[in-house]
Amino acid sequence: MSATAPEPTAAKQPASAPRSTGSAPVAISGAVPAVLAAPTLASRARAFASASLARGQVEILQFFRSKDAVVFTLALPVVLLAMLASIFSGYVEHTSVRFSQVYTTGLLAAGLASTSFLNLAVAIATERENGGLKRLAGTPMPRTAYFVGKAIVVLVTCSLEVAVLLVFGHFLYHVAFPSTLGRWWTFIWVTLLGASDMALLGIAVSSVPRTARSAAPVANLPLLVLEFISGVFVPFTALSHTLYDFAGAFPLRWVAEGYRSALLPDFFQKVEPTHRWDHGTMALVLLIWCAASLLISAKTFRWTGRGER
Amino acid sequence: MQLVIEASALRKHYGATVALDGLDLEMSRGEVLALLGPNGAGKTTTVEILEGYRKRDAGQARVLGEDPEKAGSAWRARRGIVLQSCEDVVDLTVSECVRHFAHFYPAPADPGEVIERVGLTEKSGSRIRALSGGQRRRLDVALGIVGRPELVFLDEPTTGFDPQARRQFWDVVRDLSKEGTSVLLTTHYLEEAEALADRVAVVNRGRVVASGRPRELGGRQEAAARVSWLGPNGWERAETATPTALVRQLEATFGGEVPGLTVSRPTLEDVYLRLIGEENGEGEVKGL
Repeated sequence: MSATAPEPTAAKQPASAPRSTGSAPVAISGAVPAVLAAPTLASRARAFASASLARGQVEILQFFRSKDAVVFTLALPVVLLAMLASIFSGYVEHTSVRFSQVYTTGLLAAGLASTSFLNLAVAIATERENGGLKRLAGTPMPRTAYFVGKAIVVLVTCSLEVAVLLVFGHFLYHVAFPSTLGRWWTFIWVTLLGASDMALLGIAVSSVPRTARSAAPVANLPLLVLEFISGVFVPFTALSHTLYDFAGAFPLRWVAEGYRSALLPDFFQKVEPTHRWDHGTMALVLLIWCAASLLISAKTFRWTGRGER
Repeated sequence: MQLVIEASALRKHYGATVALDGLDLEMSRGEVLALLGPNGAGKTTTVEILEGYRKRDAGQARVLGEDPEKAGSAWRARRGIVLQSCEDVVDLTVSECVRHFAHFYPAPADPGEVIERVGLTEKSGSRIRALSGGQRRRLDVALGIVGRPELVFLDEPTTGFDPQARRQFWDVVRDLSKEGTSVLLTTHYLEEAEALADRVAVVNRGRVVASGRPRELGGRQEAAARVSWLGPNGWERAETATPTALVRQLEATFGGEVPGLTVSRPTLEDVYLRLIGEENGEGEVKGL
């Protein structure tokens, strides 16, 4: 066998004919044995984009194929809203703002946390245990493409989840939409930044549980604690300052505050500890967590299961 | 002959357990090489080091001309891996899954052809969740070969197969080999090694203790033949380097047909057990 034709099937075809491939653009590079072809930046970028898109597509397909997961992910915040709204009906004292409006801000944050943080932590721990990650790591897939795929599915599911809660809240519990274009913009960037931030944290945390089965409880406990001290289920005004300040070290409290700034009238700022909605600090805390999660993931992410070295 | 695998003096330990103790292995292009050995002998560790999944503690390794620990994605596109039992991607169909993995390779095979080749065409629209164990395993093979690799790693590919499924699987491997694909196979089954492999390497206690063609392993072809027959006073047997002469002599003695005559040489299993047994015996003595 000649050195220039390391692929055995190439020998069966005339030397001049490029080997047939599934799609036309690949055929050009496919004619050159991979050993000799110096990968150009453009071809690498193309391979990366194609692998990332393929990952995103498959992630979304798999998410929507597990119907129970779809239904429960989307229903969770809606059901919580229904329960909270039935307990605390009516208006916040001396205002024309319904309790349901206030609770919606917290539930948006909690829903975002389960859809991004919790779902990813559990999904990745599962894929690590069932060999899915190992198999992908064995292919030429650029490893970053896997995370891009996760980002795509998280953004799609989070957007859907937030939209479902807002629409249900609007029609069933008189939840008002953001009142101005500026508030809509706040709503969108809080959702995108919050989802990315908590998704990255989910990736970092996915390496903690020892088995896929323990992933949900391991990720759930800290999340539940944060949900309580971040004013998601219990109004933050009922919490001690110490607790609420402690929650300020984590993303969830700031995401909830971000949603308040998008959905509540301005005079609600009075009850915040600093008497204002602090977008600057919020962005700073979330970005620090983004950077920290990336760093932790880069150091600790494993493509094979525990006990495999 | 070009070498696709060159490994020498590989060492690996997990805590206090020595998994590889100076393992040497070479494999030529186009060869089907079977790694045989008992559980814990170091087969999987060897394969995973060569695949690029594990880091070795010491020793040299080159696979397709590159160090698997340092090689990049162009190298990964040139070898295919069929892992031991994966339970992932259960919500995709066979066809979606093979197509998806084809995306990662620069010059993939046609997904439909690959599915045909592993005998899953009828199942190509089924969810992977609904496949039987054997079908699942064939899908694993499809995913390992869809990138048209030069070298395929098969780690215990037919564990749990029924005899018919195993034979179908052997045909897939023979086809790959016919096209010039190099195949490194680990297996527990001696008949599988004998049916498929050009060469067998027996691994025990982290080292290759013997290697050669299945027919010649451990001096099998030159080993003394065992002749047995039913004599006037019961069963008799003899070990001889010249069985033909002995049979002729027996024929003369009996004046024709020799009752209950068999002539046999050690099977691959006999040789294998001897190789493994000797090694283990030695180890036990050392252990005392």
